[in-house]
Amino acid sequence: MYATRARQARPEPFAVHPGIAERLGLPYMDGTLALSAAALAVFSVFVLAQATLHDVPGDPYYYADRQGLYAALGIVGMYLLTRIDYSRFRELRVGIYTFLCVSISLVFVFGFAARGSRRSFELPFFSFQPSELGKLLLVLALAGFVIDGARSGSDWQRTVRYLCLGLAPAALVFLQPDLGTALVFGAITLAVMYVGGVRWTHFAVIGAALVAVTAIVLVAAPAVGTPILKGYQAQRLTSFLNPSADPSDAGYQQNQAKIAIGSGGKTGRGNRATQTRLDFVPERHTDFIFAVIGERYGFMGAALVLSLYALLIWRALRIVTLSKNSYGTLVAGGIAAMLLFQVFVNVGMNLGIMPITGIPLPLMSYGGSSVLATFLAIGVLQSIHMQARLSQRGRFAW
Amino acid sequence: MYLRSDERGPAMNNRLALRIAIFGGFAVVLFVILFFRLWLLQVLDGEKYLAEAKNNRTRSYRVSAPRGEILDRSGKALVTNRTSLALQVNPRKLPADPTRRRVELAQLAELTHSTPRHLRRTMRKELTLAPAAPVTLRSDVGHYLVYYLQENQDRFPGVEVQTVFVRDYPDGTLAAHILGNVGEISEAQLKEQQYRGLQPGDKIGQEGVEYTYDRYLRGKPGLTRVQVDALGEPTPNGRLVSMPPAPGDSLKLSIDGKVQEAGEAALAERGLPGGFITMDVHSGEILGLGSFPTFEPDTFTRPLTQNQVDEFIRNPAAPLTDRAIAGLYPTGSTFKPITAIAALESGKLSIGEVINDPGQLVVGEQTFKNAGEAANGSVDLVSALEVSSDVFFYTLGLRMWDSGELQHWAHELGIGRPTGIDLPGGEEGLLPSKHWRDQLYKEGGTERPWSEGDNVQLATGQGDLQTNPLQMAVAYATLANGGTVVTPHVGLQIDDPAGRVLKEFDPKPRRHVRIDPEYRAAIMEGLHDAAQNGAGTSFDVFGSFPIPVAGKTGTAQREGHLDQSWYGVLAPYPNPRIVTFVTMEEGGFGAESAAPAAKKILEAYFAGRLAKEAAPEGGKG
Repeated sequence: MYATRARQARPEPFAVHPGIAERLGLPYMDGTLALSAAALAVFSVFVLAQATLHDVPGDPYYYADRQGLYAALGIVGMYLLTRIDYSRFRELRVGIYTFLCVSISLVFVFGFAARGSRRSFELPFFSFQPSELGKLLLVLALAGFVIDGARSGSDWQRTVRYLCLGLAPAALVFLQPDLGTALVFGAITLAVMYVGGVRWTHFAVIGAALVAVTAIVLVAAPAVGTPILKGYQAQRLTSFLNPSADPSDAGYQQNQAKIAIGSGGKTGRGNRATQTRLDFVPERHTDFIFAVIGERYGFMGAALVLSLYALLIWRALRIVTLSKNSYGTLVAGGIAAMLLFQVFVNVGMNLGIMPITGIPLPLMSYGGSSVLATFLAIGVLQSIHMQARLSQRGRFAW
Repeated sequence: MYLRSDERGPAMNNRLALRIAIFGGFAVVLFVILFFRLWLLQVLDGEKYLAEAKNNRTRSYRVSAPRGEILDRSGKALVTNRTSLALQVNPRKLPADPTRRRVELAQLAELTHSTPRHLRRTMRKELTLAPAAPVTLRSDVGHYLVYYLQENQDRFPGVEVQTVFVRDYPDGTLAAHILGNVGEISEAQLKEQQYRGLQPGDKIGQEGVEYTYDRYLRGKPGLTRVQVDALGEPTPNGRLVSMPPAPGDSLKLSIDGKVQEAGEAALAERGLPGGFITMDVHSGEILGLGSFPTFEPDTFTRPLTQNQVDEFIRNPAAPLTDRAIAGLYPTGSTFKPITAIAALESGKLSIGEVINDPGQLVVGEQTFKNAGEAANGSVDLVSALEVSSDVFFYTLGLRMWDSGELQHWAHELGIGRPTGIDLPGGEEGLLPSKHWRDQLYKEGGTERPWSEGDNVQLATGQGDLQTNPLQMAVAYATLANGGTVVTPHVGLQIDDPAGRVLKEFDPKPRRHVRIDPEYRAAIMEGLHDAAQNGAGTSFDVFGSFPIPVAGKTGTAQREGHLDQSWYGVLAPYPNPRIVTFVTMEEGGFGAESAAPAAKKILEAYFAGRLAKEAAPEGGKG
């Protein structure tokens, strides 16, 4: 009797009248990816609510409220992108690339200057930083160019072309100046080229060139009197190697962040935290939010957050392998590299093993542009996942 | 409606799979690094960083403690505290903009009667000593200035007013030289063992008993630990520990206010630079000690202006010098009892031995005359003291000229050596001797070696002798008490703020000298006759004094000065309790200036007894 009823209740795999979940496309999405991203965003709101209570007088939840709103918008955006076939972006690559370069350039004209650099537009409700969304746009456009260019020119020509395409917007961002985001652009470019099959020998040459450029920028150029980096940038890049040398300067932030994280111990100091509560650690709601987590919630909290990022990046890499076409593989690879690079550099900076470059921790650092752009990137991953699942089934609509 | 990729078929091939695998491996390595680093910081080194974080967020502020009071022997306060308002600047809170900063400093300079340059220099100096602390620009500012600053607070960012304790002197100049003063600890003092734990800006006693008994009077500064943010600003409700300051213990002096007052008044009345001391002959407790001219100790509670400093330095009367303990004078005839002791004890004179005094003594080519060129005829010890026969003592000096006995006994009695008094700034003086002068001659410091004449002069307190009322008082006290060289002192006891006695000072005698009671009696008799017998040198002053005393005048010739007036008196005779010594520069004969002053001091000391003795007479009359 039960068996009969059970059989009747089971939904048909290829239902003629699909259920709500089926209509929403949920079975075709990567649930782990979506949930880990959402968990990180929720955690971010939670941390901001606790750590920035007294930052804005009269509005204890200023940062938490806004971060929550950005995350909600981001989740909606992610879902909408899920339902669009990402392959369409390949066709739009030139438009996307043009938009990317123009929007970054416009910052120079209309940009809102903060701390000596123009990075964002002042919109009625928030200041929009095009270079954040630009990371995703660069992935989408560059992957398209790589697929497209696979048929023309020699290997070297193609390598140089990809490099130029990637480094042009990176240079624009660098001039804002925003060294951190420029580095992310560079990492994305290299990752897309890597997944796109650029030869190992080419990478070896690029690697050698990178070493040479670094040496010129940090050592040779200042020596002959034409520094390329601004003084504070060079200092930040090198001070992590010797953070205690000058506690009142560039090394100071890093040292304070390290003390904050270390003082959290195994289980954290909660509201008795002092390093991140009493302004010893600067930029605690953005660049140094990981230090807040480390001090407040200790190794348990910080390791949980790191694990969520590991989960996120594992799912992204998995999607690289699932993709139904090469464009999807390149896009997923670029996004995975983008996430990995930002997480490693930001957390490494908090832990004192990477230079201070002003790269936000995706989904965790306060900032609408970054949160939105990251969710959109995850939306693109979901789209790749969904298209792959649909194509495996031999059907692509319901 | 849904778009889909137009490129179908498997996207993966083996080469791509390898690349993705390497990518994944790379990601794993990066995460392992992060986890390992996190583990290192939080789990392995967590304790270390926690300690660093705790150290980071607290600042300690010292709260100065009020110094202990200083009382006279009856418990009347000689020094108390009052609160004063100090103007401080927190350099970190001054405007960052150089123009605004300059304007504010200029205004502050005007308000504090200073110059911006001076303010900047003060701030720089203090900041190198204590980088985080606010800088005191001016202590003891008036209330009107404080009100003005409070009303215009927004015009003076970084300016704070703090209440501090400063010394208060209810009796003005009374006992100024004994009390001394309090001042900020110097860099050199900070390194001294006795000031360990003190910090720049702390106040310590710099002179007088404030210096000697500083460790009792100082108290213990309180400590307030507050939680601060990265800018060093206290956070709300961030007070962590608060240890209230412990006020200093109070110091009771052996000074008798009445005696002290009388002595200072007597000196001031005559108006000549000089000093006095009154001391208990048995215990060495000093009942009164003063010097003229004196100064207002209150001057030192405020920062001295350059003018004030110059005046103290340039003033030829040197008001800061305590002539009672640091004066360096020949003593004249007040030295004679010491010569007498030396001659008797060394067998160069016997009691009753008569020496003819024709008015002068010829020694080689030198002729030594009596003062006033009087001829006293045949005199023995007692009468020689009474009339102050110089020839008698010249003769004694001549008898002992190269035996060193006079020097030995004077040295034993404390002349020309430290007395052990609990006041800083005393001078040892000089007891001329054969050894000293011969040595000086050898080094070329003088044109002749020791000769008879030197000892003849020393026997009457002349020549190269340099001493002060304190050393003479100790010598007389030794004679009076039969041979105990007391340690003179003004500190009597330490009471804690609740009034409990913590410590009593009763310093051991410096040493004992054996003085034959017979000799002592003879000398005392001579001194008594000098004061109160008809022919006595100070009979005019003490002849009618109702209490029997033994006193000696002194008139010392001092090069480049008129005669120095001395008087030393022991009272009551024959078993004295106190010794009083007075000296006045250019005061003339001993009986002229010093003796009347000594009499006023004795009148104050014996005021009760004098009133009792006077009352029945008054009733009869």
